[in-house]
Amino acid sequence: MWCPGCGNGIVLGAMLRAFEELEYELHNTVVVTGIGCWGKADDYLLTNALHTTHGRALAFATGIKAANPRLHVVVLMGDGDGITIGGNHFIHAARRNMDLTAIVVNNYNYGMTGGQCSGTTPADSYTSTTLYGNPERELDICRLAEVAGANYVARGTVYHGWELQQLIKEALNKKGFALVEAVSPCPTHFGSHNGMREPVEMLNHLKEKAVTMDAYRQLKEPERDGYFVIGKLAERDAPDFSTNYERMRGRIAGARKEGEPA
Amino acid sequence: MQREVKLVQGNQAIAEGAVYAGARYYAGYPITPSSEIAELCSVLMPQLGGVYMQMEDEIASIAAVIGASLAGVKSFTATSGPGFSLMQENLGLAVLGEVPCVIINVQRCGPSTGLATKPAQSDVMQARWGRHGDQAIIALSPATVKECFDLTVTAFNFAEKFRVPVVLLADEIVGHMRENFTYPAPGELQVVERKKPTVTPDRYKPFEPAEDGIAPLAAFGSQYVFHITSSMHGTDGYSNNDPGNAAWRVAQLHQKIDRYRSEIVLTKTFNAEDADVLLIAYGATTRAARAAALTARRGGIRAGVLQLLTIWPFPDEIVAVLGGQASTVVVPEMNFSGQVAGEVQRVLGPGADIRRVNRYNGQVITPQDILRAIQGR
Amino acid sequence: MKERYEIILAGAGGQGLILCGMILAEAAIAEGKNVVQTQSYGIATRGGFSKSEVIMDREEIIFQQIQRPDVVLALTEQAMAMFASAGPEVQIFYDSTLLGTRPGQNLHGYPFSALASELGHGGTANIIALGVMAVLTGMVKVESLVSVLSSRFSGKTADLNIKALYTGVKLVEKITKGDPL
Repeated sequence: MWCPGCGNGIVLGAMLRAFEELEYELHNTVVVTGIGCWGKADDYLLTNALHTTHGRALAFATGIKAANPRLHVVVLMGDGDGITIGGNHFIHAARRNMDLTAIVVNNYNYGMTGGQCSGTTPADSYTSTTLYGNPERELDICRLAEVAGANYVARGTVYHGWELQQLIKEALNKKGFALVEAVSPCPTHFGSHNGMREPVEMLNHLKEKAVTMDAYRQLKEPERDGYFVIGKLAERDAPDFSTNYERMRGRIAGARKEGEPA
Repeated sequence: MQREVKLVQGNQAIAEGAVYAGARYYAGYPITPSSEIAELCSVLMPQLGGVYMQMEDEIASIAAVIGASLAGVKSFTATSGPGFSLMQENLGLAVLGEVPCVIINVQRCGPSTGLATKPAQSDVMQARWGRHGDQAIIALSPATVKECFDLTVTAFNFAEKFRVPVVLLADEIVGHMRENFTYPAPGELQVVERKKPTVTPDRYKPFEPAEDGIAPLAAFGSQYVFHITSSMHGTDGYSNNDPGNAAWRVAQLHQKIDRYRSEIVLTKTFNAEDADVLLIAYGATTRAARAAALTARRGGIRAGVLQLLTIWPFPDEIVAVLGGQASTVVVPEMNFSGQVAGEVQRVLGPGADIRRVNRYNGQVITPQDILRAIQGR
Repeated sequence: MKERYEIILAGAGGQGLILCGMILAEAAIAEGKNVVQTQSYGIATRGGFSKSEVIMDREEIIFQQIQRPDVVLALTEQAMAMFASAGPEVQIFYDSTLLGTRPGQNLHGYPFSALASELGHGGTANIIALGVMAVLTGMVKVESLVSVLSSRFSGKTADLNIKALYTGVKLVEKITKGDPL
């Protein structure tokens, strides 16, 4: 169902190859999706899947993971779904450090509903609801995840497909909340509004503007403008929700045995 | 051994009833007058190997409840009117996705923040019609602490048996009231478990009804692999935009509840069989109605009470029979618009003498309020 | 012997009226009665009008709210103002430390708060009041209240509350020489 030039298929391929490398099995993998172009990915999957309401995928995934921590729970959301309407759940899933892998495809706009602006639409960009240029600023998904407490934060692009696959694999392997932001072209809407009508122009844009942290640091203001960092951006090893909860249950059981209040 | 009689609060009985029914996952957001349920679950769930989660809002709460239920754990949440409003969209997912779960709404006086600590019975229609799309739901309403416990167990049983979300419409009065209550022993009340698939995993279809009209539900992580979606879907759980399929799905959601109406519709009667004046009541207001009916009887009026334990699906049949025998029907309820009175009027027809007793200021309806209506004043 | 009592405990949020009502209700349960305890409160956790109602009866309690109280405890002027004009059959107890004394056959002022302070814990005023009301009305036995207090609290807290209860009991004995109302 995705348009020619859309990056979703590349992200999906990267994710499925990562699943294969990690020998994920269909029955103990649950892919939870939100609403949007990327949210329709479950239609192409043979794993367990839950296609949810707009913005709420992480909250559904939280319940699944809390009820059965042995499951691999992977959450697919777009920028509108995951951090605009669903921003509150994104913050709190990261804060709780739920052992989930969130793969957020960021194409800077709402593709499915006709290319309206989202919380990640860059300032001054054109969308079908910012025809005079976006008067609002964009949100950095990765920085949000990092301050909210995610154990793993990385950004890739669909131009850098192999690297994206490695980042997704690392994220899946990471206990706790892991985020991979996959920057991806929407030639149909965002591209056509912003002078990149041909899919290849958007891929060239990603090729040129996505740089490593080292390369980014060497850029000086104002040349940095428009560039963004790809690769692993943050990593920590804080215990995840289920680990902490299990510890608490142990304390309660121990205290009850000794007849003392927990 | 004689079991101990305890002083138990309605909200406490709801939490304990959920545990008795096998609930091991609670996700919620604090809101008066339901918060005691959350507080007790935060203590009980980890003791029982279950999980309590305080979510970021009620939208996330019901979402997490649905997720946990799909992982095979009986799950529930509790809230009041404002939070119930926030839950509606995802409640619709539970209806279409046929996910068993229980939502407790301890009703308070609105609209909006309203009188946050005062009772109301004004979410009857919200429970029935609060979501977009055409769908059916089960809603029950307790009048005593014992009914808080028993109907919570029933709510889980209906949810599990029929693969539906079930709403318990309590109110601030029963939620905060304390009464003497003896907890039932394990096994004393029936506890229903959802039907699991028995076919081989390659043949499992999560929305293919069995002969009883209900599709078995596997759990994520079992040998069965399946899809659940908020989009219109076929029996295999994958998106399906075929109009014939959509018509079948929507009808099926209604028909599975309709088919079991006689099992789902629960009522109690108090001197209603020969009643010339029939009081139709639900929730805490039932108690004022019963007191009023007894007083009226002493005054020579043959009054009786029909208590609706099940509000949705609406008990049309018994309302028609008992209401048809009575010359006057009185419907007391804590709302302005007569949310149940309107249903009674629909059943008995526009010519029926139906007297409404409404309070919508956070104060309870008294037996005197109802007596005045009985006496036509 | 009177089997049904309707008791209103009224004052402000934070005065322990709901707990007091629960203790009274549990004492009635211990005597084999049915009980209903309800409350009315505002949005403030401390302060604001607060009311706890207890009905106890051998028979089923149908309507849950009090219609004709037998006993009222008033711990604030606002609460007193609401009930002071009740008929002579309603026994009204009030805290004479906090409220002005007023005349009336059915109005019984006792220095609950002052006695609680003497015990070293101002929060026991409501338990002292329970002791006074139990003896004077006979709605529950003092032993039933003692048994509730010892199962609800433990250690020093239980001791303190039982001591407070007997402070109330002895106060009545001292003043009335034990004659019930």
